Amino acid sequence: MNTLSVRVWRTAADGAGGRFVAYDVPRSPAQTVLDVVTHIQRRVDSTLAYRFACRVGMCGSCAMTVNGRARWTCRTHVDAVSGGGLEIAPLAQLPVIRDLVTDMREFFDKWARAKGQFVPTATRRDGFATVAPASRERRAVDAAIECIGCAVCYSSCDVVGWNPAYLGPAALNRAWTLVNDPRDGARSERLAAVAGDAGCHACHTHQSCTERCPKQLAPTASIAGLKRMTAFAALTGALR
Amino acid sequence: MSGARSQSLLWLAQRGSAVVLALCVVVHLSTMIVAVRRGLTAAEILGRTRGSLVWAAFYGVFVLGVAIHAPIGLRTIVAEIHGGHRRSIDVAMLAVAAVLLALGLRAVVAVTMGRAA
Repeated sequence: MNTLSVRVWRTAADGAGGRFVAYDVPRSPAQTVLDVVTHIQRRVDSTLAYRFACRVGMCGSCAMTVNGRARWTCRTHVDAVSGGGLEIAPLAQLPVIRDLVTDMREFFDKWARAKGQFVPTATRRDGFATVAPASRERRAVDAAIECIGCAVCYSSCDVVGWNPAYLGPAALNRAWTLVNDPRDGARSERLAAVAGDAGCHACHTHQSCTERCPKQLAPTASIAGLKRMTAFAALTGALR
Repeated sequence: MSGARSQSLLWLAQRGSAVVLALCVVVHLSTMIVAVRRGLTAAEILGRTRGSLVWAAFYGVFVLGVAIHAPIGLRTIVAEIHGGHRRSIDVAMLAVAAVLLALGLRAVVAVTMGRAA
């Protein structure tokens, strides 16, 4: 049987550090990297910890580092990445809980720090708000609203590694969708939250987030939009 | 300087100075290419720039653009390498800006107002 040589990151028993462990996995047609990890966990070593849910690119929970690059494992075919074997590690830039499972708390706490919550201005007694699909604000966030929070961009961002306080591409992309939402009531607080050394101004425009986003979104463009918007707000006195 | 407003204004200053520098570099390089006749000599350059208020203003703006642009970018790089101590980095960058401005303007004065050797 045709087999694939796979190296998988395993956390040490005491939780400190870890190492890559080699496995041989049978090849099958249209096999995904998630299929490989699942095979190891179910047939070879049931102690392997990993995370997944939908298996079809909707939930964003199965992202891992595959051959040095953050990817959704469910949508990555082995054929596309396994030229010289396969090396699977947890997402970079995030603390590892065990094996391939990372702690996503800091990633989502940063969404909260970027004021990523919608703040309504209407009540249940008001009619439905109308957002014209062709309006400038709506078109500006057409792509950005499709983010599912998989953290591939965060894991791929060099600035996140250099500046631990940096909010990261996903949180800033979320803020960009909200500052363009005419129904939202916290625009100026959000702009204040995303400006500065930990916010949009820390971005170096390397575009790793945009290159690696599995949904082909452009967080770099969202961050550039925030830079323009905060600058305008600073000039007009709308930013404290 | 760590407030949202000051950070946004710094970004604006860096972008604005980048536009000025882009124009200045184009003018500076194209002048070199177009104006050079018998080799790039100090005498030929000084002959063109000495006593010229236009060149004094042009290179004065060029130097000002550098003194604004470079320290803002350097500030981010230094902060990423050393972390923390934002205030001391800001003070150091103000010093860098002052040195760039002083050395640059000294050179501008020398090539536009200095006496012939």
